[in-house]
Amino acid sequence: MKGRTLSRHFRESFKSLGRNGWMTFASISAVAVTLLLVGSFIVMMMNLNKMADNIENDVEIKVVADAAASDAAVKELQEKVQKIDGVASVEFASREDELDKIIQSYGKELSLYKQSNPLGDALYVKAADPHNTAAIAKKIDTYEYTADVVYGAGKVEKLFNVVEISRNVGLILILALLFTAMFLISNTIRLTIIARGREIEIMKLVGATNNFVRIPFILEGAWLGIFGSIIPMAAIAIAYQQIYAYWQPKLVNEMFQLLDPIPFIIQVDGLLLFMGVFIGVWGSLMSVRKFLKV
Amino acid sequence: MIKMKNVYKKYSNGVVAANGINIDINHGEFVYVVGPSGAGKSTFIKMMYREESPTSGQIFIDGTDLGTLKNKEIPYLRRQIGVVFQDFKLLPRLNVYENVAFALEVIEETPTEIRKKVTDVLALVGLSQKARMFPNELSGGEQQRVSIARSIVNEPKLVIADEPTGNLDPDTSLGIMNIFEKINNRGTTIVMATHNKDIVNSIRHRVLLVEGGMITRDEYEGEYSYEG
Repeated sequence: MKGRTLSRHFRESFKSLGRNGWMTFASISAVAVTLLLVGSFIVMMMNLNKMADNIENDVEIKVVADAAASDAAVKELQEKVQKIDGVASVEFASREDELDKIIQSYGKELSLYKQSNPLGDALYVKAADPHNTAAIAKKIDTYEYTADVVYGAGKVEKLFNVVEISRNVGLILILALLFTAMFLISNTIRLTIIARGREIEIMKLVGATNNFVRIPFILEGAWLGIFGSIIPMAAIAIAYQQIYAYWQPKLVNEMFQLLDPIPFIIQVDGLLLFMGVFIGVWGSLMSVRKFLKV
Repeated sequence: MIKMKNVYKKYSNGVVAANGINIDINHGEFVYVVGPSGAGKSTFIKMMYREESPTSGQIFIDGTDLGTLKNKEIPYLRRQIGVVFQDFKLLPRLNVYENVAFALEVIEETPTEIRKKVTDVLALVGLSQKARMFPNELSGGEQQRVSIARSIVNEPKLVIADEPTGNLDPDTSLGIMNIFEKINNRGTTIVMATHNKDIVNSIRHRVLLVEGGMITRDEYEGEYSYEG
């Protein structure tokens, strides 16, 4: 294609935005509103996802050794556990450490037990993939010298379920919103194209190629996408930084941390821009297609 | 220039618009296509520039078999054919000059060429003085002249006109015919569908009578008359 033609296409696409003033406004608003919703959902989803990951990674198995087991036996048990496939880390806590922990939580009265500590040494086991926790726990339970293997059986499975469902629901919502946006935009563009059906017909009859007809519409769609995504991009960037600045200091628990604004916002904004342009171009292509059959 | 062999066209609603058409039109000819409404005149004409395709049979335009033409190649076929419509098909937001130039812009002519060709063709149809006016400021005859100017600005070998005098008074129609005569004298082939008896009978050319999707009469210097 010649440079002159390309610059004509750019000119035409801008002219058309101006000529279809209200339609342009409607399309841009449709893109903006939908992307704002999609963007907010993505921000929420990603943060929830991160928290879910944190919670999942926090799942661990506590293996209590027999109080009667010798230090050597516990050592051997630790080595055996370490060798299990899928075990990420094993931390040893002596029976004295365990008692100190309990005293700290429940009060000095329990110091009496220091005379004869009823507890056994403990191993804290983390699985590389939290979903394997149950299987690993079961295996450890078969080993000698284990008095108790605790991993919150039942609760852990339920937690994984909840996390899984909320992830899927979020994904479906985002997809549904995107679909709505595409439909809205292709519809609006279709209206502007119908208004120009005669022009397209004449172009085709005097020998314009399909690309010559199509390219200005594709560019127009891209502009709608770009202009429509500017507002949600800015809104999300500003709002997220505000929320981050306000909430992050209050979220002391290690599990509930927000994602750092950089590079998170840049990634989300980039995604929104890409979706806006994609929706605009796709909508144009779908609408112009049937008019090219002259 | 135009050759049709056993052309048959049946629309999806069952109407047979072409029922075995065989015709040969030579370079530089001027041909009237007459016949009652619904006889298949428009289909006959539309098949020449591939707005419609025949169900069976072959059509050659200047040696090109339209049946073997790919969709991508249709624009290049149309650049060799100028089409004039009864309803003009002008773009209301463009002025006379721009309407004509539009046909050259879409085939990516250079600006210098566009300026030269548009100026020349507007002089030919007698609209140089009205180049800056918009279609709604022109009379029917003037609009039709713009439409003709647009169809010939690219110097096509073939001009197809579907009832170009359909909505015009007799004097204006004669003016339009004069332009077609001028174009024809330069060697351009002209195929014109018309209901205008006076013109066909006074400006004598080859006449094709289309009835029931068939060419029932083919006379040089023929008359308009047909039965039914």
